[in-house]
Amino acid sequence: MATETTAAEGSSLVFHPMDQFIVKPLFGDGAIAWYTPTNVTLWLFLAILAIIGLLVLSTSKRAIVPTRMQSIAELAYGFIYKMLEDICGKEGVKFFPYVMTLFMFIVSANFLGLIPTSFTTTSHFAVTIPLALAVFLTVTILGFVKNGAGFLGLFWVSSAPLALRPILAIIELISYFVRPVSHSIRLAGNVMAGHAVIKVFAGFAAIAAISPVSVLAITAMYGLEVLVAFIQAYVFTILTCVYLKDALHPSH
Amino acid sequence: MATEPISEEVVGTCVDSHGSAIGMPQLCFDWFPNQIFWLVITLVVIFLVLSRVALPRIAAILAERKGTITNDLAAAEDLKAKAVEAEEAYNKALADARSEAQRIAAEARAEIQSGLDDAIAKADAEIAAKAAESEKAIAEIRAGALESIQVVAKDTAAELVTALGGEADAKAIDSAVDAQTKG
Repeated sequence: MATETTAAEGSSLVFHPMDQFIVKPLFGDGAIAWYTPTNVTLWLFLAILAIIGLLVLSTSKRAIVPTRMQSIAELAYGFIYKMLEDICGKEGVKFFPYVMTLFMFIVSANFLGLIPTSFTTTSHFAVTIPLALAVFLTVTILGFVKNGAGFLGLFWVSSAPLALRPILAIIELISYFVRPVSHSIRLAGNVMAGHAVIKVFAGFAAIAAISPVSVLAITAMYGLEVLVAFIQAYVFTILTCVYLKDALHPSH
Repeated sequence: MATEPISEEVVGTCVDSHGSAIGMPQLCFDWFPNQIFWLVITLVVIFLVLSRVALPRIAAILAERKGTITNDLAAAEDLKAKAVEAEEAYNKALADARSEAQRIAAEARAEIQSGLDDAIAKADAEIAAKAAESEKAIAEIRAGALESIQVVAKDTAAELVTALGGEADAKAIDSAVDAQTKG
């Protein structure tokens, strides 16, 4: 979609809003095989380093009176732990490392993606779909293992009139299978849209008369993106908790 | 990246010959295996780091802090109780000292009072004795004075009678003077 614009204009006004999402090999120009180290690899590993820095290095002193970074680590821990405990109850606590992994990965990747010229891994469906599928499969398998056939009670709304229940069951079934789709597209879509809009505004900055407006718009969008980076990680995590609750307590 | 030509190998369904994206790079399925492979590695590494190192450590820190706070609160409670105890002891000592002081003062007052009473009684007795003595002296003087008056009056009457050319009758004069002085 961006290329047509460029070709048509042929002027200084160049829009490549989607180029920031291109996957490139880190070394050389070769084709991208499944094992090739790419910019995806680089930014995923930077996310690992950020998480290690935040949660491991900052807590290495085990201070009773925490330093700033240790406070952030403790805040993140308490935030997710409380969320999981509030939604899933005591049983959910054993999934804490899993939920924390999801949250820390998404939030770090989102914020790393806000660094100019960086690559935003969470803007790719190839990243968010496996995340959402992992949650979906975990919830489905866990639901059947823990509750057996009783897990199907999730689709049988016993509080509704008997005549309505089969129809509701179909709707519930569809909504259950749509979960991973919405779960993954919400995250990638939000992150991608924001980054693309910033790129479009940046393209307008080439025109001298518009550039102050463009810079202001980029600043405003960036602020919004900071918010989105956190909120989307939060939404993904809280939905994971809600789905986990379905598996642990399937009754409506 | 937009204009520099890139090798033919890369130019596929996703990137054009200028290195720009064709459509959404998110939908380029050629890249999916690569992204998923590295994502899985990343997630496994993060999971291991969190579950083996970070989360137990943070949990330990939080538990330790909670323990420290509980201990400190208990210690503070202890110290407070001790302070209350010390204050009570102090107040008790203060009250004791005050009553002791009162007792000593009352004793001293009683001692002084008894001494004073003794002295007053002694002085009263002395005064009474002196007054009695004085009264006696006064009575003597008075009696003496009465006798003297009679003697002087008898002598004067005898002299007067003699001067008037009469014969002084001692008995008559005595009786007359007695009658006059008694009246």
